[in-house]
Amino acid sequence: MKGERILLAHGAGGKLSHDLLRELFLPFFNNDILRVLDDSAIIPTEPSKLAFTTDSYVVKPLSFPGGDIGRLAICGTVNDLAMAGARPLGLSASFILEEGFSIEDLEKVLSSMREAAEEAGVMVVAGDTKVVEHGAAEGLYITTTGIGVVPEGVDIRGSKARSGDWIIINGPIGDHEIAVLIARGDFSLQGETKSDCAPLNGLVEAMLKACPDIHCMRDPTRGGLATVLWEIANASGVGVVIEEEKVLIREEVRVVCDLLGFDPYYLANEGKLIAFVPEEETEGLLRMMKAHRLGKGAVVIGRVTAENPGKVLLRTRIGGHRLLDPLSDEQFPRIC
Amino acid sequence: MNPRKRADEGKLAPILLREISGLADPPLRFMEVCGTHTMSIFCSGIRSLLPEGIELISGPGCPVCVTPAGEIDRAIALSQLDGVTLVTFGDLMWVPGSSTSFHQEKAMGGDIRVVLSPLDAVEIAQEEHGRKVIFFAVGFETTSPAIAVAVKEARRRGLVNFYLLSSQRLIPPAMRALLSTGRVRIDGFILPGHVSVIIGRGPYLFIAREFGLPGVITGFEALDILEGIYMLLRQRREGRAEIEIQYRRAVKEEGNQRALEVMGEVFEPVDARWRGLGLIPESGLILREEFAGMDASRAFVIPCEDKADPPGCLCGEILQGLKSPPDCPLFGKRCTPEDPVGPCMVSSEGSCAAYYKYGGGQ
Repeated sequence: MKGERILLAHGAGGKLSHDLLRELFLPFFNNDILRVLDDSAIIPTEPSKLAFTTDSYVVKPLSFPGGDIGRLAICGTVNDLAMAGARPLGLSASFILEEGFSIEDLEKVLSSMREAAEEAGVMVVAGDTKVVEHGAAEGLYITTTGIGVVPEGVDIRGSKARSGDWIIINGPIGDHEIAVLIARGDFSLQGETKSDCAPLNGLVEAMLKACPDIHCMRDPTRGGLATVLWEIANASGVGVVIEEEKVLIREEVRVVCDLLGFDPYYLANEGKLIAFVPEEETEGLLRMMKAHRLGKGAVVIGRVTAENPGKVLLRTRIGGHRLLDPLSDEQFPRIC
Repeated sequence: MNPRKRADEGKLAPILLREISGLADPPLRFMEVCGTHTMSIFCSGIRSLLPEGIELISGPGCPVCVTPAGEIDRAIALSQLDGVTLVTFGDLMWVPGSSTSFHQEKAMGGDIRVVLSPLDAVEIAQEEHGRKVIFFAVGFETTSPAIAVAVKEARRRGLVNFYLLSSQRLIPPAMRALLSTGRVRIDGFILPGHVSVIIGRGPYLFIAREFGLPGVITGFEALDILEGIYMLLRQRREGRAEIEIQYRRAVKEEGNQRALEVMGEVFEPVDARWRGLGLIPESGLILREEFAGMDASRAFVIPCEDKADPPGCLCGEILQGLKSPPDCPLFGKRCTPEDPVGPCMVSSEGSCAAYYKYGGGQ
């Protein structure tokens, strides 16, 4: 299908729709469950708790250093499942395509989705495509939905943080948003920053083996580290204190933030997780995380307190304090 | 700042804070004039570390905060004209005019774009030659040279669709106006680093000579600000009132002569209205006659009138250091970053937004 373009008819449900499905989509997500092409995928499972999540991806540009919309769509949903401690059973992927979108570019996205799905050990077992008129969308939007099994004994929730818990993150913050920002080219910025976009379920599985009693886990995507910490502090009715000198921020990310007046604590990440764990389990968990490819940068960044419930305080490098509130809106570059 | 220097912050800050405590003779009120200082003071938690009785108050140094709503209204009105692309800096997007903001207008289909550099506006004009591209220039001496360069570049390229709506302001006249009212009690100034890179030390000398107050031109890192406060305290202890430079790595005594030249070539001073401070003589910049063809305020009929600032909003008094954000009856209630009434809440460098976001620095 090289050189071809998406036509409105590709979404009309007729032959072209079927051709697109069989010739383009199926080869990328070929598996026994999807191949039958029934209206619903039937997934064998054991009696257990199921985790279920959905998310839509509308990133611009579609491709950026370290990933693209396809990788993001797989990792994002896998990570949402993983943050509940769930082992993903299968994903659905729904595509909204703009008329005129190149089939070759779509293939690249599908290939990247396949790669990410293999990395995560998950199958895309259901899907849908719709085509909208030229100008009604920006190329391609993807919605992925995921279903997973929560292993016996695992109970990770945002309301379970307890005073005395330690807070761990698996590496530096802000790489994804800065990589996308640079790739967008709006501000004539240049740089080498790569998105951290990665499926975290493998890391989480290993973490749960080392410490089944992880209290809370979140991936700090949109809204960044500050917003997810605030969400957990509020859901659990506890205070959180973070040490500025422990939170890693790559120099290039920091420079772009300084230039634009952005606060790195509010930048989106796509391959980071924070975990709230009992103090006595922290050391063993950290050791295990550092042995995993995606946990090498694991570090304790703060702790949970009984004081200041619902508030997140950042202890600055000079010993002062400031509040970290949730992001109220998108960050805009400042004047000077 | 390089990583090594950041690591030094934790070691050096306690030393400076000890020195500050030793010299402090409270109560003292130091005003930081620049919005970036305001942000940096809150972000580093400096307020929570200073000895009791040393108060840092925010002055009229956020360009967004001091722009009257009427000027925002005029820019929005221009963006609503057929065939117009309005280009501006990101800070402006959420600033409320008297009834709407750029952000809302963009959502309604207005062609409003954010740039980091004024030269990007020239590029847009070149690419979109069928449209009239208006750059809404808000800012102080820090950005004026770059805006002047953009104007000259548009002229060099022969663009006939590039316009400037100038809402630029000058810091020293505002400081003179502030001090001349005699209403504000200030014991010294943390003077703006970025503005001073352009204008140097000279334009502030009147503060010491005529008003007997010390000032220190200060950088933006936490250690810079602590050192600036230390230098102010030392002047007071020694009975001096001088304008000193802490930010020597960026600020030269005479400023940046090339930048000043290009500013002078393209712009001339004009009386300008400041939110909260009223009309201040020769405190704004307009395009010189030679560039009048690019002046959006002359080239377009702008269908809107000046309106009063929103009722109940104390931004004006806050900008003069007469009131503190929590003194405003709207603060945190009717006026929040999600739904701001006054510009001090909307601008990322505004003192109300900083108070709201960072909990008053406590």
